[in-house]
Order: sequence, then structure tokens, then C-alpha cells
Amino acid sequence: MTGKAVTRKTWAFEDLTVGRSIDLGHKDVTAEEIVEFAAEYDPQPMHLDEEAGRASILGGLSASGWHTCSMYMRLLCDAFLLDSTSQGAPGIDQIKWKRPVLAGDRLGGSITVLAARESKSRPAIGIVSFRSELFNQRGDAVLELDNSIMFLKREAQA
Amino acid sequence: MTLDEFFEIGVVTPLGTHLFDAEGIKAFARKYDPQPFHIDEEAAKNSVFGGLCASGWQTASAWMKRNLATPMKVWTGEGPAPVFGPSPGITNLKWLKPVYAGETVSYSRTALSHRPMSSRPGWQLLTVRAEGVDSTGAKVIEFDSAVLVKVE
Repeated sequence: MTGKAVTRKTWAFEDLTVGRSIDLGHKDVTAEEIVEFAAEYDPQPMHLDEEAGRASILGGLSASGWHTCSMYMRLLCDAFLLDSTSQGAPGIDQIKWKRPVLAGDRLGGSITVLAARESKSRPAIGIVSFRSELFNQRGDAVLELDNSIMFLKREAQA
Repeated sequence: MTLDEFFEIGVVTPLGTHLFDAEGIKAFARKYDPQPFHIDEEAAKNSVFGGLCASGWQTASAWMKRNLATPMKVWTGEGPAPVFGPSPGITNLKWLKPVYAGETVSYSRTALSHRPMSSRPGWQLLTVRAEGVDSTGAKVIEFDSAVLVKVE
């Protein structure tokens, strides 16, 4: 991105038009990784132990909300971000953990463009606002996330 | 003791530090956020960030780690002690500055407010401001976290 021509990416700012939706594929959530993530970053009983999870308000061994966000990020990377001109994200407007993510769940969903505008201060850049949604295998929404990501314009890429 | 005193409304509580070493950054990112500037020093040099830096989800998750490692006040009010439950979500998460390999982030929490939940009698919704600053004192992350607390 410093003027050196690299492989051209499939997704640039111009491709991310309002209303466009990208499938995020699937992620099978295992008990092992729920516990592994939680042991490092969110060691609460309902994220570490099946029994404690069942006894909790969440109803089973459940992923840390931060783990759910991290799994979402991986889906986003694999679905299109790694093959895009992304220049990073300044933050997240809103995250809703709508239902528990339990061991054995299969997550899937999509990311949809809500708005797209050119940067006033950086002419090579556009800013795209998205809403992302993840659902479990029963079709229940588990995660809703709104944020903006900066992308290089196509002509600015080479 | 009131709930305000228990939650320490308006009081900035230091949560300690987290060191983001290169191996930890890459191990997290290989699983969850394999963008070049999080997994490869050389690729990171040529990226928008100019060096290996932590996934924003790792800097956020490390706040949670430090938050849990830092106990609340002991409840000395009437009735049973409040019990913390799940979080319905967060708002206004800002990654203000990259966290480069070798950086140590100091985290804090500040309870902002709480209110009864009409949909769940006996539960309060507590809002907490989360912040992290780097070794130069510059803020690298902030967000507002909501958490359910059972109070009766």
C-alpha cells in the first residue's frame, strides 16, 4: 500500500455499494475453543465449565462475547476482508450479544453495506458503514455489529 | 452501602497492565484476525500501520481479562450481594492508536450509571467505561460496556 504494486484485491471501495450483502460462511463452535479463549481472556464459570454453564442464565457452556466477536472477525477475514483494500477500522459503533453462543452451535450470517462515502481528507480512501449479523443453526440472531471500515479506491491500489 | 457506592460510580479503577508481545499478537491473530499487519513483521512494515500490531479484538479482550482480575468492592449493604450476569453488548468502541509489538497497555474501568431493567425485575443494567492507554500515556482503546447485575 506504499506505492509498490502488490496483487490486486477483489474488493475495493467501489465494490461496496449500499445494500450489497456478503455471505460470511460458517463457523462450528467447539467446547474446546470456548474454554481455551475464556481461560485466557474471560475466565468466568459459564465460559469454562459445562455444569456451571447449564446452571447459569446462559443455559450451557457459552462463548465469551469477545470470543464471538473474534470468531466473527475470522469469518469476515475469510469471506472478503483479506481479499480487499481494507485500511483498518477506527472502531465499532455497536455490538449486541443477542443470545448465548453455545458449544456445538454452527454460526453463519452476512455483512451488509449501510452507507459508503469518500473521505474528504484522504482522497484515496472511502469509508464504508456496515451491519453484520450472525445466527445460530436454529436461525436465532446471536450477534449484531455495526461499524465502519476504510478501503482504498480501486485506482489508488496499484 | 448503596449500589452507587458498590459500583463506585464515577471512580476510575486501574485494572493493571497487559504486555502485547509479538508471539502473543501473532498467536491471537492467526486464529481470529489473520490480516498481514497482525501476523507477519515483514508484511506489517509495508502496511498502513508500518509495524506488527495487535488485533483490536485482542486489545479489547485483554481489557476483559484485566477487568475480571480486579475485584469489585465487598458488598456491605442490605440483602444479598449483587451478582454480575451477562452483557447485552457494548457501544462506541474506538481503536484510537495501533498497539505495536512490545507495547504494554494499562487498562481501567469507570462505572458510569445504572438503572433498573423493566423487562427483568430484580436486575440492574450497569454501564461501564473501559479504557486502555499505552506506555506514552496515549489512549489506544475505549468503549462503553453494559452488564446485567442481579440485585435482589
